[in-house]
Amino acid sequence: MSAMNLKAISQAYQQSVPNRTRRTIRKTLVASVFVLPGMVVFFVFLLLPMIESAQFGFYKWDGLGPLEDYRGLDNYKKAFDHDVFQTAIINSFRIMGLSLIIQLPVAMLLALMVGRGNLPGRRVFRLLLFLPYVFSEVITALIWRYVMHPTDGLLNWFLGHSVPGYDNVGWLAEKDVVIYSVFIVLTWKYFGFYMILYMAGLQGVPKDLEDAARVDGANIVQVLSRITLPMMGSTVRLTVFLSVLGAFQQFVLVWVLTGGGPVNASQIMGTYIYKFGIKSFNLGYGAAVALILFSITLVFSIGYQRMILHQDFASDVSL
Amino acid sequence: MQTSESFSFKRMSNGQRFFTLLKYAVLIFLVMMIIGPIIMVVLAGMRTNGEFQSRPFDIPRGEIQWGNFTGILESDTFWVAARNSFYITAAVTIINLSLASMLAFAFSRLTFFGKGIIFNILSFGLLFPTVVAILPIFLQIRDLGLINNLWGVIFPMVAFGLPGSVIILRSFFIAIPNELEDASYIDGCSTFGFFRFILMPISRPALMAVATLNVVGAWNEYFLPLLILNDPNKWPLPLGIMQFQGQYGTDWARVMAYVGILMVPAIIFYLFTERFIVTGLTGGELKG
Repeated sequence: MSAMNLKAISQAYQQSVPNRTRRTIRKTLVASVFVLPGMVVFFVFLLLPMIESAQFGFYKWDGLGPLEDYRGLDNYKKAFDHDVFQTAIINSFRIMGLSLIIQLPVAMLLALMVGRGNLPGRRVFRLLLFLPYVFSEVITALIWRYVMHPTDGLLNWFLGHSVPGYDNVGWLAEKDVVIYSVFIVLTWKYFGFYMILYMAGLQGVPKDLEDAARVDGANIVQVLSRITLPMMGSTVRLTVFLSVLGAFQQFVLVWVLTGGGPVNASQIMGTYIYKFGIKSFNLGYGAAVALILFSITLVFSIGYQRMILHQDFASDVSL
Repeated sequence: MQTSESFSFKRMSNGQRFFTLLKYAVLIFLVMMIIGPIIMVVLAGMRTNGEFQSRPFDIPRGEIQWGNFTGILESDTFWVAARNSFYITAAVTIINLSLASMLAFAFSRLTFFGKGIIFNILSFGLLFPTVVAILPIFLQIRDLGLINNLWGVIFPMVAFGLPGSVIILRSFFIAIPNELEDASYIDGCSTFGFFRFILMPISRPALMAVATLNVVGAWNEYFLPLLILNDPNKWPLPLGIMQFQGQYGTDWARVMAYVGILMVPAIIFYLFTERFIVTGLTGGELKG
């Protein structure tokens, strides 16, 4: 919009509308200079393609020809009938559950140990425990492919030398084991992130309050469960939210680590969409499954925000 | 710091001593789990493949295999990939930071029509997993003719990063006192002047935090380049190492050497920017 235009518009309004409205419009014009560039990029490269793709789910389409083979809800039926899709959903929920009951408590325990207090070396521990966060998913997955190699890997070598009578485990090769191995690698890379969030939350717990409880005879478990953890409520609620979303949004690490195998035993939602939608040129099918995944995360986030997170944030912040 | 008393093992009761030792035992065990695989990578690269496979974790007993590293560092493909990674990371970070700070300024300190709705639409973007959005984005990039073009990777990455960056910066901008803004307007500053000459300079910690998170994300991105860049000369490092791994998959020592080389800049960057990453992730609450 040119300066001439702005001037003409503002003059036209000067004669016709009351002062308050005029100021609002002027403010909106100023704001649009700040808002438009970013929102245009967001709209063109993310939002618009996402909205358009909702319709692909109703077609059989390889992504090349015209969009004309309308199939109604067939793609959705096909997905729910596909046993690998069921495995993928169950695995995503498994990763979610394991993250909540193992990853978050471990992160909390570490935050309590090195997040504050006077333990010598706690900064070094924090630095090292958080380190994997900067490594790419590709590097992480490659390292662990070798660590978890069935015969020559570091993990079996280590366990074989320290556990008497240990038999090599095919961490990434056995159907019943692989998803837990995937979880170990995810934990290795991401638990530091939650530890850091908990450390930040701990700064909001007044030390005096805990000391007072100790003086009154509370033991360490009581102090933790009655004072420290409840006072970190908002951080805990936030990490649960991020952890659940993260579990459903995983892709690259699992793809490079296992490719969803062996025999699809470690497929999760992300790798399923890539393998059966994009890689096999069933773009319509991929879009349908992507919409299912998106609906799961959307329903969860809206529900979680309405019911749980709203107590922590002002109403205009919807994370 | 909340605690003022200094650490003294001597003054502790036996129970406290046991508890402290237990803490160290747990911490050292977990740190070994974290850095064990990293040390393995370095040791693997320094030995021959046969040595690595028979003893995954061992110091080099024969000659150190510098060739594993120099072979990679002397190849053109490595440096082409490094250059591409550098371009992508720099562009994503600069564009994301510019657009996000403008947006965050508008959402935190300006009033305009539709502010709440637009902000909600933007934060909605946090919910799109890459794997869900990748297919529509791929089609859009194809329609725009940006396949095999670094910009076709850069702009979607900027769009992906915007919601998070804006939310971090906005909470920081909101905390800046209104008096500062009022004073600058009374002194004749325009809205743009306040943004450029007052808000930006005093927000440096937050801007550094967002920039750092962007650098980590862009440097590590694998999926978008995988779909959008077909020409190996355009590939960034995460694709480069996967191609290398495809070629030398059975020569573990070489692949680990490549991994080790890629870890060096990541670790150096981490040591210098750890506090910014932490600020960005925690909204500045974690210090010390």
